[in-house]
Amino acid sequence: MSSDYADDAVDKALERSDFFKRARGSLGPLIALILICAVMAFLSKSFLTAGNWLNILQQVSMVSIIAAGMTFVILMGGIDLSVGSIVAFTGLITAALMKYYNIDPWQAVALGIASGAFLGFLNGIMVAYMALPPFIATLGMMSIARGGAFTITNGDTIFSLPDPFLIISERIGRIPIPAIIMLITFLVCGYVLNFTRLGRYTYAIGGNETASLLSGINVMRCKTAIFTISGLCCAISAMLLTSRLDSATPVAAEGIELDAIAAVVIGGTSMMGGEGRISGTIIGVLIMGVVNNGMNLLFIPQGPQKIVKGAIIVIAVMVDIIRKSRQGNN
Amino acid sequence: MTVPILEMKDIGKSFPGVVALDHANLDVRPGEVHLLLGENGAGKSTLIKILSGAYTRDSGSILLEGREADLSTPQAAQEQGIAVIYQEFNLVPWLSAAENIFLGREFSTSWFKPHVNRRKAEMEAWKILKRLSADINPRAAIADLGVAQQQMVEVAKALSMNARIIVMDEPTAALTGKECDTLFSTILDLKSRGVAIIYISHRLEEFHRVGDRATVMRDGKTIKTLDLADVDVEELVRLMVGRSLKDKFPKVPATLGDEALRVENLSRGNKVKNASFSIREGEVAGLYGLVGAGRTELARALFRADAPDSGKVYLSGKEATLNRPRDSIRAGLGFLTEDRKGQGLVMPLGVDENVTLASLDQFSRPGFLSRAKQARSARQFVGRMRIKTPSLSQEVKNLSGGNQQKVVLAKWLSSDAKVFLFDEPTRGIDVGAKIEVYQLMNELTRQGKGILLISSELPEILGMSDRILVMCRGELVADLPASEADQETLLLLAAGGGKTIVQ
Ligand SMILES: Nc1ncnc2c1ncn2[C@@H]1O[C@H](COP(=O)(O)OP(=O)(O)OP(=O)(O)O)[C@@H](O)[C@H]1O
Ligand SMILES: [Mg+2]
Repeated sequence: MSSDYADDAVDKALERSDFFKRARGSLGPLIALILICAVMAFLSKSFLTAGNWLNILQQVSMVSIIAAGMTFVILMGGIDLSVGSIVAFTGLITAALMKYYNIDPWQAVALGIASGAFLGFLNGIMVAYMALPPFIATLGMMSIARGGAFTITNGDTIFSLPDPFLIISERIGRIPIPAIIMLITFLVCGYVLNFTRLGRYTYAIGGNETASLLSGINVMRCKTAIFTISGLCCAISAMLLTSRLDSATPVAAEGIELDAIAAVVIGGTSMMGGEGRISGTIIGVLIMGVVNNGMNLLFIPQGPQKIVKGAIIVIAVMVDIIRKSRQGNN
Repeated sequence: MTVPILEMKDIGKSFPGVVALDHANLDVRPGEVHLLLGENGAGKSTLIKILSGAYTRDSGSILLEGREADLSTPQAAQEQGIAVIYQEFNLVPWLSAAENIFLGREFSTSWFKPHVNRRKAEMEAWKILKRLSADINPRAAIADLGVAQQQMVEVAKALSMNARIIVMDEPTAALTGKECDTLFSTILDLKSRGVAIIYISHRLEEFHRVGDRATVMRDGKTIKTLDLADVDVEELVRLMVGRSLKDKFPKVPATLGDEALRVENLSRGNKVKNASFSIREGEVAGLYGLVGAGRTELARALFRADAPDSGKVYLSGKEATLNRPRDSIRAGLGFLTEDRKGQGLVMPLGVDENVTLASLDQFSRPGFLSRAKQARSARQFVGRMRIKTPSLSQEVKNLSGGNQQKVVLAKWLSSDAKVFLFDEPTRGIDVGAKIEVYQLMNELTRQGKGILLISSELPEILGMSDRILVMCRGELVADLPASEADQETLLLLAAGGGKTIVQ
């Protein structure tokens, strides 16, 4: 049989089903995002302006980069509670290297990012080779990294960082550099998840770990790599935060793990692992960002803001579950 | 004599409380189909898992073509050319068929090694599936496929490895006639190319059809290897079970009572179309059909595991309003699902807890569970059905496949339903225990219970039913007394040939 014939047959028969399958993955969250935007646009005139949107991108850039790494971990069937602490730790290390040791800012950034990746790597070692449940391993790391951050400066904050370092949080034209870094991160993560072995194995391990093992996948190495990616994302995010605040503090990014997890889950990724996509996470992050921004524009106080955020998480996941059970019926 | 392609010598393996393998020996020649036979829990799957690197052996050695081989991990075994189709599926539900077939062996693109070549994988998968005459979309998610299709994906996966030894652990347990035929012709094809095949099955009719030689196991030991040309099925059974079995289908003719269950115009999508039938007290109605004919869907819709589009259900003559499985259980239906792992068992619970799960009312006073009563009931089933387990509290995930199936069966047999829906009840159960299951079914019918017996094994349907229903593409195409049915008629009806016979 000629291979052309095969090509055509496969393509013709399958392209359509494939398209729908891929589209419906993040369709639910996307509709939610559009609805929320519509409501906000109705309530506030300044919402739809380019300036406001660039602001939103700037605001979500930090948590979204963490959420990108978290997507890997959750898809693999794990969870990473240590992200906030790793952000604080790497931010502080970088600041300390620049301020106390007078190391060149770019070298300090490189070292800081390496330290974040290393903490993630340690998470991976604990989960993969010591068989600790991810919840426990990263809960431990959460405390260790936070404690490490406190120890470096005795709990003090480091202020006034060198100018070159502050460039990270500036703008090129009107576009915030953090937004650009965020975009690049998502493109890279999306590429890795969808087109590389590591990405395929992330889905495979989350979907059925035994099957992955028996198919000859080096599951332990993959898990280590995935937690390292999460640590790396935290470190990148830490640079944005530290630069933007022009200071590093050991209490930075407390509780950010919950925002990151929420974004991933709102984006339709299953907490059980194996199912979900990075585009969903982008949408999840934007939903949270838009809601935050909108409520600020409307001068809604912190208390109600939190209530609304919580409700959105619950509703988003509920809608997704209902949608999926409907699909199962067809 | 040819050098064996594989020799396993004096293999030993113990689990806590169980000696699974005790000086087991196996030698396999290139180009042969080697049957591995034995009762449930004899150690067949364990032996295979040692070969594939999934388990590490406690003792013994493995030679490939006369040389000691490293088979310590699944990767190592794969590299040595060993492919295994495990008894329990090992597929990733949210990945596509193609992605599953090449999992761990993805094609690379020329320009960047870590980049997976999805298109190439789909093309290759498509070719292999076509060779198997399996109508499966390489891009379909495994979660959307039926059990038989998943089995075919497993077969395709093993084929794609171009292995020199392929192990198939009960590959036909989920297949019916047509797919079995393709599988067997694929096996012949592999044989002619010198591939050695280790084949595990409990289906007697397959033994002589595919096998060249057979090794029989009992209690972790390999007791004999013989040429199939020199031995008949009775002898094989005797070796497996340790005694001869006369009547394989001890059917007691039914004394029929009133109507127990009537279903009218049950429909669900295009899977179940307007099905109407009834079962009387004390009657076994066999439901036959090819894979995909809609038998499981019919049972699920009837039980309300899935919501039907339309249809009425009458129990003992009264219409029953069923909305959820819970209503169905209350109304007196019992449903043994075909997928024991996913829907039948609570894996981390013990044997006793699983057996009594569907009948807890019998064992509880308000607020309390009588552990002693529970244990007594469980012990009875363990004895009768020969469930091989070191203790009543052994977690069922550690039992062999067939023994897990016995636990699910025991669970429903001890419930006090009036009508039982049995979907492939004896899948993976050995010959001896099957007879025990049939006798338990006889006891149920003697108590006036009705049974809908869904099975892909024709001899079972013919041997145990009073009446036989046949389904084809979602429709009930025949409803005839068992005395008027034979193998050819049923096959023809199931394939959509022959005129519709509904009484
Ligand atoms: N992981 C495990 N932990 C504890 N015991 C086990 C484990 N795996 C297997 N066993 C025990 O080892 C014995 C052999 O099991 P095995 O699965 O090899 O049987 P089998 O011959 O394949 O049976 P079947 O026909 O039912 O598939 C059984 O008694 C089983 O309970
Ligand atoms: Mg087995």
